[in-house]
Formats: sequence, structure tokens, C-alpha cells
Amino acid sequence: MNGREVVLGRVRRALAGGSGASPGPDGPVAYDGVRDYLRVHGERTPEESVDLLAARLTEYRALVHRTDDEGLPELLMRLLSEQGPDEMLVPPALPPYWLSAADPVRVHDRAAVTARRLDRVGSVVTGCALAIAETGTIVLDGGPEQGRRRITLIPDHHICVVRVPDQVVCSVPRAIERLDPRRPQTWISGPSATSDIELDRVEGVHGPRTLEVVLLSGDGHACAGGDGPG
Amino acid sequence: MSATPLGMPAFPDAARDALRDTTLRGNLRHATHTIRDKRARAVAELSDWARLREAGKQIKDHTLRHLDHYLLRLEESVTAAGGTVHWAADAADANRIVTALVKATGEREVVKVKSMATQEIGLNEALAAEGIRAYETDLAELIVQLADDRPSHILVPAIHLNRAEIRDVLVSAMGDWGRPAPDGLTDAPAELAEAARLHLREKFLRAKVGVSGANFMVAETGTMVVVESEGNGRMCLTLPETLISVVGIEKVVPAWRDLEVFLQTLPRSSTAERMNPYTSMWTGVTDTDGPSAFHLVLLDNGRTDTLADEVGRQALRCIRCSACLNVCPVYERAGGHAYGSVYPGPIGAILSPQLRGTGSAVDASLPYASSLCGACYDVCPVAIDIPEVLVRLRERVVEGGPAVRRGTRVVLRPARGHAAQRAAMRAAGWVFTRPTALAAGQRLLSRTRRLHPRRLPGPGRAWSADRDLPEVPEESFRDWWRRTSGGRDSAGGSGREERS
Repeated sequence: MNGREVVLGRVRRALAGGSGASPGPDGPVAYDGVRDYLRVHGERTPEESVDLLAARLTEYRALVHRTDDEGLPELLMRLLSEQGPDEMLVPPALPPYWLSAADPVRVHDRAAVTARRLDRVGSVVTGCALAIAETGTIVLDGGPEQGRRRITLIPDHHICVVRVPDQVVCSVPRAIERLDPRRPQTWISGPSATSDIELDRVEGVHGPRTLEVVLLSGDGHACAGGDGPG
Repeated sequence: MSATPLGMPAFPDAARDALRDTTLRGNLRHATHTIRDKRARAVAELSDWARLREAGKQIKDHTLRHLDHYLLRLEESVTAAGGTVHWAADAADANRIVTALVKATGEREVVKVKSMATQEIGLNEALAAEGIRAYETDLAELIVQLADDRPSHILVPAIHLNRAEIRDVLVSAMGDWGRPAPDGLTDAPAELAEAARLHLREKFLRAKVGVSGANFMVAETGTMVVVESEGNGRMCLTLPETLISVVGIEKVVPAWRDLEVFLQTLPRSSTAERMNPYTSMWTGVTDTDGPSAFHLVLLDNGRTDTLADEVGRQALRCIRCSACLNVCPVYERAGGHAYGSVYPGPIGAILSPQLRGTGSAVDASLPYASSLCGACYDVCPVAIDIPEVLVRLRERVVEGGPAVRRGTRVVLRPARGHAAQRAAMRAAGWVFTRPTALAAGQRLLSRTRRLHPRRLPGPGRAWSADRDLPEVPEESFRDWWRRTSGGRDSAGGSGREERS
């Protein structure tokens, strides 16, 4: 017998005879238990959700900035020059105007570029799939403005642009209903951190040590699947 | 589950040694109290916590009741997404599968994300025996590995070491495993973390094979979820060409939507954060993003035996948050090593004896590593009634009875060395059902309280060897009640005043 048959056989014997035994592999099974927890904790206007997101992110020691379409290129230029990298990583479809004022050399993440090569790049600029206000979380799902998972992992400095209020959802349940599980996802809540040494929090063990979040208020153009803050 | 460490003493002996280590007790007290206070605040923030807890419990129970269905569904989804699923009945199977997969890549080293399942099966040792080096990349796991030590806490495995001890470990051992510690390394946490960053980055950038566990597996979509803080998880899950995940079969949840419950309860229960810094989710393989080969090894190793017990089964709901460790008065004093298992604390006391059986001295002693105070049940985000399972296991240890071992029904004999406790419990039963005898006994105890020894003689010695005997009050509750009419008399406040 192979491992599969052994394990499945044991599972079925363990469940046989007990209350609510399984109907077997082909039987339909549906979960009809309770889901009476809240979809959102508290009522907020879209502006209040954005404020909450900013507050949560700041608590995680991410650096939060606010601007609009017009001010974005200059802000990004300033943030990059403060960190002073020679090169920055950019995802394949970052809107060109975002970096129209920025100095560093752009490095594009192609299959042939090794992780060791990317390790020499100081900063990365991306968009996001959405952000969760209640938990201060940014979600990346590999979309064209975000690129592959490794580009936001190897550099020491990550600038993430969140379109507000379109890309802000209130809660984890609202995020789950908008995300596509088939896409690889990275949920980021503040920069990398560890508390393994006497529970003293230290930022930046492996991921970017500096996370800057730009809350970009645009002209209200709807983002995909968005119905405003949920 | 693999055998207990060779020569591992039973819990009372290991705990007695740990109790003498005042540094350890100081570290533990600080750690557990800090985390538990923060956790209480994080939980209080969600007004629907009780409902989230109930939903988590029900989702997990439902999944366990239909586990074969959801495992098959998961296999189908993972395979459709380009992954390969393997089934391992025990630790040896799992180690054999992983070793063969690593060998097939031609590599001699792997980078690892912290994983309870791979610790449970002793994967690092199995790989080492085949000439493959496994590098732990979680900071605490790295420290434990470099120190040739064992983890002592689910969430903060090096909690038993202070910063000076950690510095010494890094300085003396890092060079043997790769990039040495920087010259002049102090014991400042930021410097220690930086040394680990430099040491590990060397490994991440050249790694071709990653090994992980998973916090959740979604049957509906085949999505795997890993929750972490440092980013070492992201490194191991996305940079290598081959990713091998070893996951207990109980980690499956039915639907994508179920994550909305656990991604709220797990971070708040474990690190007391609203959300952990990083969560990675992947479904099979994706063109160009992440590993090109994904292997999922589904691990039984005693889980189906646990599933067969309708009371003990609830231990499989565990999402490894470690909240129960941080509130446990026994764990706080004894530390994680005393439990002789990768699962310490209250959850370890019910999980290990079920996964491994109660045959060894340490496993037979674990159901007694508790005061049954119930704090672990109160904090559990999936409402595992740990005291209920402890009592069930004590009964099994003392009385024997039917159980399932390695998939086969067996009848267990009472464990040796429990005859005295059995006799004591029978005697207690006799007394508690005879109120007059109980009242007379209590009165006798009160009047002789000054003469009581600190340790019991005779067969009770084992029981009192590591417990302080309770102080007997000056009068029994019954006598106090009769004397003061239940406290209504003014004299009730002080036992020394005579009734007027």
C-alpha cells in the first residue's frame, strides 16, 4: 500500500462510527456552521479608513506620506534621494510619470537577473493590490504595478504607493473577498521585524528595513473590483 | 511522531531541574507576562472575538469530521495548480520522501523556514544522515541550531537564552556554518540581528531548495499560507527553484474564505499584533514568480490516531499560536524543554501523548504537567478544551483502555508507576461521597495544622516531591459556615473572635 492509501484509510477508520461521520470521498460536503462575526469593525467614512490605515502603519514603524498625482513624482524623488541608492528596482508596468523626477538607474526584474544581482539594488518602488485599514496591511499580488515577489524582498528600502481611497478596504474579510487566491500574494504589515532576542523588537532582519507608504489621492478613478472602502 | 529524545526524563524530573535554573525562570516570566498582557489588549480590540473563536472552532471541527474529503480536494487543487502531492504515514516516510526530492535536485543544502512539523519528524537529522545540510533561517531557530540546543517555545524558540548567551553562541558557532560573526559583536539585539542577516543572506542568495511547513492549506484552491515576521519565510518560499512543504494533515481548511477568520485570530493570539509583518500565499507554481517546482508532503504521524478519539480530536484544531504557553503557570516555571517534545506547554501536554502514544515515561507524565486551572482554554483562539483532554488522557494513563496506534485499534494497559495515584483517587472518591467522613476529616486537618509536614511520607512522597503542600486553614469552610450563618454574623470576618 502506498502512503496515500494508508493515510486515507486511517482517516476513514478514525471517523467511521463516530457522530457526523464523513460521507466518503465522493459525497458532497458543505460547511453550514456559523459566520456571525463582523465583516467590518466599526463604521467609517472612506477618509476615516485612510486615516486609520495611516495610523496603523505608523504604529508598525512604517513611514507614511500623503500626496496627489501632481505631487507624486517630486515626493518619490525626495524619498529616493534621502536613501541615496544608485539603482532602483521597478515592476514592469509602473506608471512612467511616478518616477519622472527620480534620479537612480532603473533595474528591471527579468528572469535572467539573479537574486545576487538584485542584492546590489538599494530601493524598490511598487503599487499594491489593496491595503487593509484595521490591520495596517498592504497586499501585493504580483500585478503589473507590483512585479514578482522577490523585488520587494531583497532591497533594503521599499516604497509602496496606495491609491486612496480606492485601494483601501476596512477589514480582513473585505480583503479576502476582493483577492484572487490563484495569484501569489504577500501581505506586509510594517517592515520586517523580530522579537526573538529577549522580546526586544528589532526591525529589518531579512526584508526591507525601511518601508515607506505613499497614500496617493487621485482623481477617484476606480480600481479593479473596487467599491470603495468595505 | 518520532521517538522522544533518547534518555529524556519524565516531566517531573525535567521540570525539577528547570526550576533550579533561576535565569531561565526569570527569562520565562518576563516573556510570558509581556506577551500575555499584549495579547489581551489585541484581543479586546475586536468586539466579535468570541464569535471569531466559535467560527474558527466550528470550521476546524467540520474539516476534521470530513478530513478525507478535504484532503482529496486539496490534492486535486494543488495538482491542478502545478504542484505535486505526497503522502507520508509517519516520520520515516516523510523524511524518506523529502530526502529523495532534495537528492533529485542534485543539491546538498537546503534553506528552511521554521516549521513545527519538520522538527517533529527530525528532518534536519535525517537530511544530515544523507549528507544534506539544512539551514534554519528563523533567527531563534538559527540560534538554537548554532547552539546545538532544542527550541523551548513554539513562537520564540530561543526564549530560554538571554542576549549575552545568544551573542556567545553567534560568535563561537557562526563560522562553522558559513559567514562568521562580525568582529567586536556586542549583545545589543540590533547588532545580533544584523549579524544573522549577513550570515543568512549568503545562504538565501545561493539556495536552490527551500523547505517549509504551512500554517494553512486551502482545499478549495490549493493555496498554501505561511505567516511570519522576519522575511526569512519570504526568502525561502520565493527564491529557491524547488520548494518542499511538509504539512500536517490537520492544517487543511475548506475554503479561501475561511482564512478571514484565522488571519484575524492567529496574529493577535500569538504575537499580540493586529497582523504579523509578513504573510506569504502561493497556489502551486506560477510562471516566473517563485519556485518552478512545488512539492507538498502531507504528514499523518499520529494525527489519524488522535482523530480517532472523539474527545482528544480537538487538539487537531490547534493553529500553533502558543497563547496557552504564555498563560500556563506550569510552563512559566518549568520552561519548554521539560515537556520533552517540540510541542511544549498545555497544547504539548495533550498533543504529544496523542501523537506518540503514552508508552514512554515522558508521554505518560505529560497529562499531569498541568494544574487544570483552565487559563489555556480561555485564551485558545479555537477553543480547545485542554483541561478536558488532559483529564481524558490521565484516565487513559491510569486506567488503560481502547485507543488507536498507527491506525490499529489497541487496548492500552495502565501505565506503570500510577498505582499509588489510582489508590489515592479511589480513596478520595469514597470520602467525597460520604459528607460526614469528609467533614470530620477536614476538622481533624484544621486542628492538627501546625503539625503538618512539608513533604508527605510513604506513597505520597512522589506527589509532594515537587509540590508545596497546601496550607490548611484554621477552620473548614463547613465549620465557618455553621459558625457565622454563611458570613451574616458580624463575627464572620475574623475566625479568631468568639461568637457573642
